[in-house]
Amino acid sequence: MLAVGTLLHAKQMSRSPFEVVLALVVPVVQATLAVYLFRSGGEQHRLLEAAVGAGVMGVWSSVLFGSGGAIQNQRWQGTLEMIMLAPRRPVLVILPITVATGLTGIYALLATLVWGHFLYGIRLDFAHPVAFVVAAAVCVVALGLFGLLLAATFVLMRNANALANTLEYPVWLVSGMLVPITVLPSWTSPIAAVLPTTWGARALREATSGGPVWPSVAVCLAISLLCLTVGALALTHVERRARAAATLALA
Amino acid sequence: MGSTYAIEANDLRRTYRARTGWLKPKRTEVEAVRGVSFTVGRGELFGLLGPNGAGKTTTIKLLNTLLIPTSGTARVCGHDVERETRAVRRRIGYVFGGDRGLYDRLSGLDNLRYFAELYGVPPREQKRRIAELLDLVGLAGRERERVEGYSRGMRQRLHIARGLLHAPDVLFLDEPSIGVDPVAARELRRTVADLAAAGTTVLLTTHYMAEADELCDRIAVIADGTIQALGTPSELRRRADGRRVVEVEAYGVPESAVSALRDLPGVRETAVEARGALQLLTVHSDAHVDVQGDVLRELAGIRLGRVDSREPTLEDAYVAIVSAAA
Repeated sequence: MLAVGTLLHAKQMSRSPFEVVLALVVPVVQATLAVYLFRSGGEQHRLLEAAVGAGVMGVWSSVLFGSGGAIQNQRWQGTLEMIMLAPRRPVLVILPITVATGLTGIYALLATLVWGHFLYGIRLDFAHPVAFVVAAAVCVVALGLFGLLLAATFVLMRNANALANTLEYPVWLVSGMLVPITVLPSWTSPIAAVLPTTWGARALREATSGGPVWPSVAVCLAISLLCLTVGALALTHVERRARAAATLALA
Repeated sequence: MGSTYAIEANDLRRTYRARTGWLKPKRTEVEAVRGVSFTVGRGELFGLLGPNGAGKTTTIKLLNTLLIPTSGTARVCGHDVERETRAVRRRIGYVFGGDRGLYDRLSGLDNLRYFAELYGVPPREQKRRIAELLDLVGLAGRERERVEGYSRGMRQRLHIARGLLHAPDVLFLDEPSIGVDPVAARELRRTVADLAAAGTTVLLTTHYMAEADELCDRIAVIADGTIQALGTPSELRRRADGRRVVEVEAYGVPESAVSALRDLPGVRETAVEARGALQLLTVHSDAHVDVQGDVLRELAGIRLGRVDSREPTLEDAYVAIVSAAA
């Protein structure tokens, strides 16, 4: 059920003209941003690392807007009621949507790397290529599970996009996707430590430039499993509240 | 099913609460359903009729677990809709009218595959079941096309196939024929009648009296959140006994003329229905009073079409019941 649901939701999302245009434009912008930021900082040798960070930003944006937007889209299409009406636990209904947003987001990572290579001559020279592939897969699943936790909040909100908009940039920053966490104020460290995006981005960076990949992958997985557990419980509660507050439909 | 009834609603109530504004929040409450009680027997085709905003869709959503009642209880196939949600959902199908509710960028087949998974149809049975339903609703051969290219009638048929995937014991049909052309609507009625004949309990809401008259074993008329009348179509038709109906086709009738008709001796109710440029005036009167002459006198100077005096129909009975509730 999860596999079929994920694939069909990914199919539905990837056929949206809006998503297709975004998918074409955003990676070019992000690759450019990363390259010029690091070039101006005199860190020419870290361009690949910068491109990977920019790509993870794309995955995060896809999950964040995908999870919020997908549920809002389900409302607009009138499908939210239909899928919540299925005799399944709410987590099994929503999880395929959020993992599908991670799956479509992986395109942003790949496209950022490809554009970086062809437009700016970034050499795709990974320190641990196999670990990079594994870390990327873990990152997608982890962000999908984090998206599930966000979705639990989004189901109750009629304007989920408002929450999504406020979360995009802070998480980019705090997770160290582009700027190293060490340059951020110390009060951001505890927040960074509990975000799966921090550990996913770190695992990918270590696979790119060298470093202990697997501990970061393990922490990322552990946090995302926690997100799954909390998200599943929250969704059960949220579904009941939505039935009481009549927020499943637009009516 | 352990219970005698497929559906039991007992004093169901539902209040919608809304809050607007941040600094000075304003709270509003709307009582959409105000103490609805009825039972539907197994295999019965039960109609819920009422004007817009009467509480039909809210009642259906309370019964199919999409909403939690503010008070009162309901059971479907013996299971409580609030506490035994999953048991109820396994036994029910829900189909609503309109364009929404499908994945437009997926094919009809992908939509059915997805919902078959969601509704727990075993993988080995899915192919056969989907093929059966595509045949039933006349979409065989078009299933690989994207839903965004489907006509409204095709979408509606796909909705029905989706609602039947898991062979539900109880089917909720919320205005399924809305916006469907007459030929498709007739096919839809045939499908619904066949389902009921095969033992599926159907709860149908509709605006179309002919549809309710043709299909339903019993009908409940709901207005202002409460049931105003309940019975077989012939029982309800008798609610208009002792009446006579005059129908006048007219063009450009002012509100003052309609008010004047209402004040004529012997007139019980008047209704105006706009049909493009034409207005159809319906005047209910006591059967022993011939109001046709008075009506035409009041409409003097207004361009008129057909004028007809006839026995009341189920629709007239419905108008009488709803008007009495207003």
